[in-house]
Amino acid sequence: MIKPLSDFVIIDFSQFLSGPAASLRLADLGARVIKIERPATGDISRHMYISDVEMNGASSVFHAINRNKESYTADLKKPEDRDRIIELIKKADVVMHNFRPGVMERLGLDYQQIRGIKPDIIYGEISGYGTEGPWKNKPGQDLLLQALSGMCFLSGNGDMGPVPMGISLVDIAAGGHLVQGILAGLLRRSISGEGALIQVSMLESACDLQFESISCFLNDGHELPDRTQQNNANAYLGAPYGIYQTADGYLAIAMVAVDKLGELINCKPLLKYKDPAGWYTLRDEIKSILSGHLTSQTTDYWLSILEPADIWCSTVFNWKQLLKHAGFKSLEMVQTVTMQDGYQFETTRCPITFDGQLLFAAKGTPALGQDNEAINGYMDAEKTINILKGAVNGEGR
Amino acid sequence: MAPLANLIVLEFCQYMSGPSAGLRLADLGAQVIKIERPGTGESGRQLSIKNLFADDNSILFHTINRHKQSYTADLKAPSDLAKIKKLIEQADVLMHNFRPGVMEKLGLDYESVHALNPRLVYGVISGYGSTGPWKQKPGQDLLLQSISGLSWLSGNRTSPPVPFGLSIADYMCGTHLTHGILAALIQRQKTKKGALIEVNLLSSLIDFQFEVITTHLNDKGRLPDRAASGNAHAYLSAPYGVYATKDGHLALAMEDLQFLRSALDLPEITDLLEDAFLHRDAIMTAIAGALRARTTGEWLSVFEPADIWCAEVLNYQQFTDHEGFKGMKLEQEIVLKDGQRLKTTRCPIRMDGEIFYSQQPAPGAGEHNQLIDTLFRLS
Repeated sequence: MIKPLSDFVIIDFSQFLSGPAASLRLADLGARVIKIERPATGDISRHMYISDVEMNGASSVFHAINRNKESYTADLKKPEDRDRIIELIKKADVVMHNFRPGVMERLGLDYQQIRGIKPDIIYGEISGYGTEGPWKNKPGQDLLLQALSGMCFLSGNGDMGPVPMGISLVDIAAGGHLVQGILAGLLRRSISGEGALIQVSMLESACDLQFESISCFLNDGHELPDRTQQNNANAYLGAPYGIYQTADGYLAIAMVAVDKLGELINCKPLLKYKDPAGWYTLRDEIKSILSGHLTSQTTDYWLSILEPADIWCSTVFNWKQLLKHAGFKSLEMVQTVTMQDGYQFETTRCPITFDGQLLFAAKGTPALGQDNEAINGYMDAEKTINILKGAVNGEGR
Repeated sequence: MAPLANLIVLEFCQYMSGPSAGLRLADLGAQVIKIERPGTGESGRQLSIKNLFADDNSILFHTINRHKQSYTADLKAPSDLAKIKKLIEQADVLMHNFRPGVMEKLGLDYESVHALNPRLVYGVISGYGSTGPWKQKPGQDLLLQSISGLSWLSGNRTSPPVPFGLSIADYMCGTHLTHGILAALIQRQKTKKGALIEVNLLSSLIDFQFEVITTHLNDKGRLPDRAASGNAHAYLSAPYGVYATKDGHLALAMEDLQFLRSALDLPEITDLLEDAFLHRDAIMTAIAGALRARTTGEWLSVFEPADIWCAEVLNYQQFTDHEGFKGMKLEQEIVLKDGQRLKTTRCPIRMDGEIFYSQQPAPGAGEHNQLIDTLFRLS
């Protein structure tokens, strides 16, 4: 299939997760992404290990984030390398980076300078905390953003202290927002011809992730989120919303009338909770009754009662259980990709389906600088052609 | 010019996943029209958090549906359906998050609608995709968190499954839908043809976990192992986590353990540093013991000058009072028809230095019927 962004070229200076996650999405939607890396070491996340898993000389995270891209190494402080990069940018549609404020300015690669060379460029940047303010020089690192933005008081139970969310979700959200901005910019350019500067920050993205709960806080006399004492799943929702232990595992129950639930599972003490307002205000006592009751039977037993009654409930899986289930397999979310040297690994695919087609991409992760030769060769050939063309057209006579 | 100006989006959606996508498109300049059932409107109007309402709608609904218009129609009544089809003929985007089969029964599925308007980009959110044994299961956020393995990543080793305390499946899936829709609109500029974009909550949560699931797939099937205490990421080694201090909490990210060993005077962990993955718990316990001795402020004054990646753990009050938050102008006010003002967050994306604000409140159900009838010549 022809992927929707198949004519676009992205020059990506970003490292770690936020920016590279954005360019991965653009690559999976069909764009050609050229990752610009420093010689010898490359993107720091090539060797930033989570778990002790090494895959063909790089960390598993690096592979997950940077498959389906090309790698071009350049020392941006060297004039000849910089000239090459400028030539590349002239042929590109999008430039993106996630350096701290000031770095691209010093390299002469900030938006003002790039638009002088390529007026219709879409220039995307991710910062940690914006370009001004007391936090602007703080490292834009996911856990720090979670800590500063109040996010650690949403998960876990009331007595647990701050509980971070166990995924780099601020990075991922910021990358998602950058993609939205870049695509909106490309769409506008296709109509008006204008370029654009797209800026997102992890701080703004952390707020947007919490737009529901922060808006609640702002309109609720600044009441802090109050996690339930047990079985908390969302500090703002009433009982029974939560995950409960059963005789052999766990059961998640979402929104349901508490008295109706009591009837279905034959838990008489719940029958008196008929007033929906009480499901929020009395949620600790309701959850305590419910959790005591649900341990008496297995997860499957409860599901066999609740699912036919169309109650929103689910078993709780780990990845092993998930990955072998037919419900997961039918999504075909796992794909095998192949690196230039033949190394293969399994990873997930783009979650978006286009005209009924799954967006698989067989291309693996680039070795550091693997595409320099091809890209330089192409640029040199083009230069020669231009010189020849100039001669034919009679220039320089 | 807002990038999506002149774009007409019809939102046949309820609750959060689809409406959060509609909100983003609205903030980027699109005219977003909610298509709702007459009278009560979409179910999300009554879904409240903390029982909070403003006018007849939950604050939650206001948060997700500001900056939109509302058109009510009984899709089972032929006259209303005819109007909706006329509206679809003039729209750029249609999106829905009904369970599989609902739009088909109404004759508003992609095939039928594509015949009316070949340029239409048609976005669908489902819970678990349109095939497979789970396709009719309710696509609800907590249930998706539970089934996708996500609830085993937060909390400590002996904790039960700990869900993320926000609607992350809805949020990510809404984001992915906007990616697909915008990519299709770009492609349409060349091909002059619309497209069908499908996303589902489960695939979105798999994508959300792409780093750690890829690790799992290439790690002999080992499952995530949360740290014994202070866990912030099941796969990262010490000191990554949250620690109690004398007066609060401090978050420490990936750091030079040798520096921490000397700064905190912990000679006893010297041997453990040979393998920080293996000895994560022992190292974290030692660090936790040392950090309790002083206040968060005192530690920050030691760590920040040394460029140690750390931060104070703030709650919403401390966060929203901080200059770092205020300086970003992250709040905006929306004004309801009765004059009541609500505060909310704004679009996180800036374009050409411009911040996209909007004071326009969420619509009442059917508030814009007359306007839209006229504007699109529906009656």
